[in-house]
Amino acid sequence: MKIAIGSGKGGTGKTLLSTNLFYAIHKQNQKITLVDCDSEEPNDMLFFKGEMVKTKTVTQKNPVIDSEKCVFCDKCNEWCNYNAIFYVKEKKVIRVLEDLCHGCGACSVACEFGAITEKDVELGVVNTFKVPVDSTIIETRLKVGVYTPVPVLKAGISEKIDTDHVIFDSPPGTSCPFIQTVERADYVILITEPTPFGLSDLRQSVETLKTMNKKYGVVVNRADLGDNALYDYLKSENIPLLMEIPFSKKIAEVYSRGELYAEHDEAFAQQLYSLYIKILKNHGISSN
Amino acid sequence: MELAVISGKGGTGKSSISAAFATLSERVMVVDCDVDAANLYLLFHPTIHKEEIYVAGESAIIDESKCTDCGLCMTYCRFDAISEVNGKIIINETTCDGCHLCSRICPEQAITMVENNKSRMYSGDFRNGKMVYGKLAPGEENSGKLVAMVRDEARKTAKENNLDTIVIDGPPGIGCAVISSITGVDNVLIITEPSLSGIHDLKRTVEMTSKFNIKTWVLINKYDLNETATKQIEDLCVHLNINLAGKLPFDKKFVSAMINCQSIVEYAPESDVSKKIAQVFEKINQKPAER
Ligand code: SF4
Ligand code: SF4
Ligand code: SF4
Ligand code: SF4
Repeated sequence: MKIAIGSGKGGTGKTLLSTNLFYAIHKQNQKITLVDCDSEEPNDMLFFKGEMVKTKTVTQKNPVIDSEKCVFCDKCNEWCNYNAIFYVKEKKVIRVLEDLCHGCGACSVACEFGAITEKDVELGVVNTFKVPVDSTIIETRLKVGVYTPVPVLKAGISEKIDTDHVIFDSPPGTSCPFIQTVERADYVILITEPTPFGLSDLRQSVETLKTMNKKYGVVVNRADLGDNALYDYLKSENIPLLMEIPFSKKIAEVYSRGELYAEHDEAFAQQLYSLYIKILKNHGISSN
Repeated sequence: MELAVISGKGGTGKSSISAAFATLSERVMVVDCDVDAANLYLLFHPTIHKEEIYVAGESAIIDESKCTDCGLCMTYCRFDAISEVNGKIIINETTCDGCHLCSRICPEQAITMVENNKSRMYSGDFRNGKMVYGKLAPGEENSGKLVAMVRDEARKTAKENNLDTIVIDGPPGIGCAVISSITGVDNVLIITEPSLSGIHDLKRTVEMTSKFNIKTWVLINKYDLNETATKQIEDLCVHLNINLAGKLPFDKKFVSAMINCQSIVEYAPESDVSKKIAQVFEKINQKPAER
């Protein structure tokens, strides 16, 4: 079973839930894999000690133009849909603007004069960690300055996973990176706060998941700091309320030290595990 | 003065603090560049005068009546957007990067490109001045370009209305949308929280901002939740040569203010946090933006 944990925006407790849920399931001697798909700011590994067993560089192919061979026919420039080719025919200047290039390969196909070759450009890395005894954390890490996290997070999700239980810590928001992540999940847990911002972000996530025909439920974090509008919304939309986590300075403080709250609070760990079992029972699909 | 408020992760109180800055003065241009989760309009209820379509790239579509399912396009697509399902070639719209390549090489000319046109930019008035914001439709990409469009509109409007103060609520992360939000501003304020992950995010954010020659400040929100980490962030600021703009205590009034659709300085003007926020804003405003 693959579960994605998402939120309209970051900071609503997505990392807290992902890491503690992983811990709670792992603690029951179940093998589990956590994929940190938040490639822009991967944080999950801060909460665990583990040994890095594998690292993979994710690359894209960027063109290299040989201005000796180039006859300045303009075709590559015409075919590039990202304005990534800097081209001044009169001055015989042609160059690839690396920051704009998506590595789509169109220019290489376009060039009829063999002037374009390609080189690998790094987009980020996928690191695999073994967490004692038998669980795995896969971290996707975008290189600073790269235009999109999508290829890196996709490489992370596509890693061979040998456990039955899988958690994806999704990127925040509802744009392309979020969709790419939840698309591979059997169930989505949305975590939010009972505030106007939290409700507005949740609505957007729910609308998105509806169009994707995904099953989902909601965990409310800092449940006692806010108002009822969120709960009214859940009721009117018939969205399952999976769990409430109250605001507690203790949780915030343990989290801030990079520790797992579930390790300090047995009841919390138990609650998370029950939550997982419930989802498994109602929506369980073997991921193998 | 143009100030961008950003943070490595969302939820650090970035929007609440931007809202507070925006309501400290009577005449301000507030810009919500967090286009993936635009929130400030919820507090400010702007009257919208202008709505513009933002075209977030294109997606390829196959005309089934022309397609022979030869599969050639699939071998060219570098984004894994084209696949074969039961002998039929199909394109996944959200995975498609809009590069046009398949449409150019298809021997049957069966592929056309359509614009992704569900995203919007809005411009209007709110109680303390003007407001511009963008909303990226779910699943769409290129938020950086929408941010650029939002900022252009904001600058134009600010100039026309003689608004000197521009407050930008930026998106989380370190990607292209953040970069678009901070290019050319006078000051960047990074909101951070005193936690291990907060410190980690801060380092990555500073790595990104340091590529631009912009005066960078750090504000530690909820500093009292972990004073050890707060101290670490303060040291980090010295080490990285970044200005510490201030520290704010954890305060439940932020949530109460939000529920009342107000900023904290409107909701509790006399409170300690409100006064501190005003001091931070003054501090950032005061120093000439030396680069
Ligand atoms: S690979 Fe694609 S994006 Fe890059 S320069 Fe060539 S055509 Fe443009
Ligand atoms: S298509 Fe080839 S020959 Fe033509 S301008 Fe581009 S690189 Fe030069
Ligand atoms: S290349 Fe054209 S004809 Fe061939 S499968 Fe693709 S769309 Fe169909
Ligand atoms: S436009 Fe580009 S990304 Fe989209 S399906 Fe065609 S080849 Fe793939």
